[in-house]
Amino acid sequence: MAEFLFYLLAFLTVLAAAGVVVNRNSVNAGLSLLLCFVGIAALFVQLGAYFLAVLQVLVYAGAVAVLFLFIIMLIDVKGSDPRKPYKKVAAASGTLAAALLLTGVLSLVKHGQLAGAGPAMTVDVGGDLKDYGYLLFTKYLLPVQVTGFLLLIAMLGVAVLSRKHLEGSGTESQKAGNGKQEPGGIIQNPGAGSQNPGGGLRRREPSP
Amino acid sequence: MNFILAPKLCMLRTVLAVGQLPSEVGLNHYLLLSALLFAIGFFGVLLRRNTLVVYMCLELMLSASTLAAVAFSHFNGSMDGDIFVFFIITVAAAEVAVGLAIIVALFRLRRTVQLEELSALRH
Repeated sequence: MAEFLFYLLAFLTVLAAAGVVVNRNSVNAGLSLLLCFVGIAALFVQLGAYFLAVLQVLVYAGAVAVLFLFIIMLIDVKGSDPRKPYKKVAAASGTLAAALLLTGVLSLVKHGQLAGAGPAMTVDVGGDLKDYGYLLFTKYLLPVQVTGFLLLIAMLGVAVLSRKHLEGSGTESQKAGNGKQEPGGIIQNPGAGSQNPGGGLRRREPSP
Repeated sequence: MNFILAPKLCMLRTVLAVGQLPSEVGLNHYLLLSALLFAIGFFGVLLRRNTLVVYMCLELMLSASTLAAVAFSHFNGSMDGDIFVFFIITVAAAEVAVGLAIIVALFRLRRTVQLEELSALRH
């Protein structure tokens, strides 16, 4: 039963992952990504890592995929890829990567089970939440602190990145407005159309 | 009727028997699945032209690697891999927030997310 479940889940996960790559519509790709994350969470359950499965559903499927869909709704106006032929570099690197991956997988299959990796020794490993708490606050105390600090920095970074640069309010735009005009000048992005709805963000053209 | 169905049933039984031939799902199965997911994500990064979809494929690659880490942890009877995956998930959440903020800032600046049109650094 476990084997059948593994194969079914693996098939569904790979199918969803292929859907992320193949779908030309970005929203469909995002929904496939959601399905793929849920499939990976189910595989975590198969591996006995129940806490990680819950975390995967909460963080990846609940936050990351929804954030992706939100951003797609916000900015992706075209929503699809244009059908154009690929460049030679991309095709060559894709072929090389496929060859390398095939070599790795074939060597894995040929050499069989890795040394020292028999069947699962402890069944209930990873299932106990108490063990997680104990390990996180004894052996991995420093990484926990560092990760907390990283989350703080990420929050601040996102706040700074998504701040709206109003015209004449930031120091850079003040400097650019007061200084003399450069040869290229400060021109608006050619693809932006007549008005600039992005809140006065301007791009400086490189001087020729 | 019977002699039409019989070969099919026989074939089905053979397929089921072959499907159950690896009697236990081992570490290699999970590693192969992880490599496959990683490869799919990698080809998505190579072939897609929408920045958002490329970023989704990057997340897919990260998730595939966590699957391999959890499989190693499970089949070695240790919990360290699980803890590392816990940290990876935390960092990935922060990374997605920052990356999507960068993409939104890029869109505000250039009005596009197509990779072909973002060639300001190519000189």
